[in-house]
Parts: sequence; structure tokens; C-alpha cells
Amino acid sequence: MKALSIKQLRKTYKGGFEALKGIDLEVEEGDFFALLGPNGAGKSTTIGIISSLVNKTSGEVNVFGYDLDTQLVDLKRQIGLVPQEFNFNQFETVRQIVVNQAGYYGVSRQVAHERAEHYLKQLGLWDKRDAAARMLSGGMKRRLMIARALLHEPRLLILDEPTAGVDIELRRSMWDYLEEINKQGITIILTTHYLEEAESLCRNIAIIDQGTIVENTSIKRLLATLNRETFILDLARDDDAALTPQLEGFTMRQVDEHTIEVEVEKSQGLNPVFEQLSAQKINVLSMRNKANRLEELFVDLVERGRAKQTTAGAK
Amino acid sequence: MGAAFNFTALKTIWIKECTRFLRIWVQTLVPPAITMTLYFVIFGSIVGERIGEMSGRPYMEFIVPGLIMMSVITNSYSNVASSFFSAKFQRNIEEMLVAPVSTPVIIAGYVGGGLARAMIVAVIVTCVSFAFVENVSINHLGILVLTVLLTSTLFSLAGLINAVYAKTFDDISIVPTFVLTPLTYLGGVFFSVSLLPGVWETIARVNPILYMVNAFRYGFLGVSDVNVGVALGVIVAFNLVFFVTAYTLLQRGVGIRS
Repeated sequence: MKALSIKQLRKTYKGGFEALKGIDLEVEEGDFFALLGPNGAGKSTTIGIISSLVNKTSGEVNVFGYDLDTQLVDLKRQIGLVPQEFNFNQFETVRQIVVNQAGYYGVSRQVAHERAEHYLKQLGLWDKRDAAARMLSGGMKRRLMIARALLHEPRLLILDEPTAGVDIELRRSMWDYLEEINKQGITIILTTHYLEEAESLCRNIAIIDQGTIVENTSIKRLLATLNRETFILDLARDDDAALTPQLEGFTMRQVDEHTIEVEVEKSQGLNPVFEQLSAQKINVLSMRNKANRLEELFVDLVERGRAKQTTAGAK
Repeated sequence: MGAAFNFTALKTIWIKECTRFLRIWVQTLVPPAITMTLYFVIFGSIVGERIGEMSGRPYMEFIVPGLIMMSVITNSYSNVASSFFSAKFQRNIEEMLVAPVSTPVIIAGYVGGGLARAMIVAVIVTCVSFAFVENVSINHLGILVLTVLLTSTLFSLAGLINAVYAKTFDDISIVPTFVLTPLTYLGGVFFSVSLLPGVWETIARVNPILYMVNAFRYGFLGVSDVNVGVALGVIVAFNLVFFVTAYTLLQRGVGIRS
């Protein structure tokens, strides 16, 4: 079953700005789906329309078979939204915020209190249950928004940049939690600027730019299209001789005395690099990608998409 | 959607609204008590003694219903206007918009909050009046209760409409300052409109607050400058117009959906 189905979705804001130019998108039930795009690409507008915070201009939106135009109440029950910006009452306590949200979905106060304890404990906020939301740290506020979105037990969780401004340790623990609830059957749609996040969490991906979908595929298939990667190698010699590595057949740039950047085609592999360096008595101390693999593809796809639009516009 | 669901959602909004104004009780419940005490002292005790009687009642007794109604009007209005605008401003109105809460339930929840605050303030002001008036008699409890509930509902709806259109905090203080206060002062709180000369009395009768104050005064004292049936009809008509306006605005997402 499709958790989300979007057909020819368009949004033109007052003033004429066309945020969405007829996008089509499908997300399978149980999927962990990434919606990526640069700032102003149309991600938040798409999410806003799905969660009925933004009125669409035209097109169809279905969530678990419920139509946005004719079955709005049932559609809303399926969705939990974690917005990009903190949008809770800063003067209410953590518990009041989550219990009230459950009440808006018709969850009785007693059940809401039980669920609040469950989710606040899972997200490490139980100790702060009676603290005013404004007293929480940024990371805690993000987790509060996740707890709030889960209290009515939605089937589709939409997270709009949930880890923005969150430290690495907390981000990792949030990833673990999201993976866990996805395994329990909740379909997740995630927008993020951390492409590493999308790569490690999501199975499928759509890239949106300037109101159009420029790519919609699985992460595996997308990464398979990556032909070239840039690696950074930290080098050292056993003797005191100067470090002047030479690599035939590769584009190389010396960053500093002990570091080089090497572009490697997929067909070439890394073995020849190590062999040539070894022959020059140079040891490779460590190696890393210059950029996240997905990031290289993302930039490439967005640029290609824009070039295509420019060409179409010129015609 | 079932009645149980709507009731839970309504109860949630109402509890949230009541919690809000009770949390800041120093800003919401104490000022009306102080303001009304000053009115009783200045207009009732000091000026009132020189005036004598109004509509056959001691002046102090005459102004009690008007002052209670004035508190009800301002508190209903400002409660809903500031709460709904704050929810818009902080964007926590989105909590309700993403949920399957119907527009009438949202309206009823906010109006319920306005009513609760207005009733608490009305009780406080009535208690304050006991310190100044020896006999506070009730002539017609049914009309008194009906008038105060309908008036509070009306101004809660008006506050909601104001908050929907408001873009800044200034926008929610303009109407109370430039419309509500003058109309309340000219609505017969401190005087009987029959004292006004010809044309001014006719103009005064266009003021809807006159009908609310007089219907309420009738419930208390049994005296009124207007026909009580007409007064209640006017209040009900305004309620209907304001409800339809608020419903249409929220349903269309004016000021809350892009």
C-alpha cells in the first residue's frame, strides 16, 4: 500500500511565486524516505500541503488511500508532523504540550497521560516533564516535537530537518530512535541538509529543486550511478626524504606536505593508488572521502536539473 | 467524526485556554478587580452621592450591572484576541491545524476560554460591588445569566475575528482602544440614555453595547432603557453574524494558512 501518493501537485503563492510545478511522488508503506533539496526547493511547501498547513493550487494528495480534498479528517489522523521550526507554546510544560496534542486527535486525557510517559521516557524527556518548554535545550526541544508528533500514534511520520542544530551524539541517538520506530512499522519521510543522515537512514530518495522532482529512486541505485569519488590521503615516509608522490593515471592535488587529494574513477579502483605509493616507499596513514558520496551526486543532479530547465526556458 | 472525539478535542482546547489565563492570573484576574474598585470609589461613592438616583435607583446600585458587563466585554474580547494571536505568532496554532479538529470545535474552545475568564471576572467584580452596595438584588436570574453568557460569547467571537486579521500585537489593541472602550462608555454603563437630548439618544440606540448593558441591568434591577426582548434579539443576531464570520475566516485559513 502507498503511504503517500502525490500527483501533479502545484502551488503558486500570492504574488505569483511558483513553489511546486506539478510534482509526482510515491512513498511505500514502511519506507524510510528522504526528500532532499536546496533551500527554497519546495520541500517545506510539499510537507505543508500534505499536513494541510498550506493550501495547494492543484493536484492530488493521498495518504494511506485517504484523499486530502474529500477525506481530510481521516488523512490527518494518519500523519505525525515534526516541523522545521519550534512551534509549541514556550510557556506550557513539556507534558501539557504532548497531552494537549493528543487531545486534538481525540485521545482521552487518561490515555494521553499514559502515552506521554511512554514517549517522554523513550526520548529522554521524562525528567523535564514539568519544565516549561522554553527552559529546554535545542536538542530537547527537537525531541519534544518528535514525542508530540507520535502521541496519537500516526502511521506516517514526517520530519522536516529534525536534527538541525543538534550535536553529533544526540543526532546519532535520534537516528537510532527513528530507525527503531521505522522497524515497528511507521513510515518515515525525512527532509534534511545532512546528506550523511539520508544515506545512513533512508532506503529511497527524491531530490527536489525549483519546484520539480529531479530524481526519485532508491539510495542504493543512486549511489551506484556515482562514477567518480575524491579521496583525501594522509601520507608518511619511513625515511627523511621529501614527500613528493607521483600518481600516473589519476588526477592528484597535493594539499600540504603530508596530504593529497586523488580523484578515482569507479573503473580504476583504489589498488593502483596504493601500489604506486608503495613503490615510492610512501605509507598511507589514513584515507577518507573528500565529500559525502550522496553530496557529490546531489550537487551534480541539482546542477544538471537547473541546466535542463535553463535550456528548456531558452527554447 | 464522533461526538466523543469532538468533545475530547473541545475539552482539550478549553482546558488549555483556562490554564493559560489562570497561569497569568496577576495579568488577567487582578486588574479588573482594581479597575472596578476605582470605578466604584470615584463614580459610585464620590460622584454618585451628588447625583442621587438614576432610573429610580441609587446611582451606585445603577452602575453595578454596567460595570460587571464592562468587565465581561473587555475580558472576553482580550482573552480570545491575545490567546489566538499568540498562538498564531508562536505558530502553535499549527498544533490544531494539523490535527483533525473541526473549525466549530476550535471556535467553541476559544470562546469557552473567553467565557470562563469573563465569568470569573464577573464574580470578582460582583464581590467587589458588595463592599459598596448594601442591597444587590436580582430581578430576573434567567435574563441576567442569558445576557451575560450571550454577551461574553459575542465578544469572544469578536476577539477571535480580530486575532485572525491581526499581524502585530498592536493590531489586537486597536479595536479595544478605539472601538470597544468608547462604545462601552457610551453604552449606558454610567447613565440612562433617556437623559440624552433627542438626536443623541437616537444615535446612542445604534450602539449594540447599550442593549447588552440594559438587558443585564434588567436582570439585576428590573429597569431598562430598551425593550429586553429586542435587546436579546440584537445580541443573538450579532452572535450569529460573528460566528458565521469567524467560521468562514478559519475555514478559508485566512491569516493562518498560506
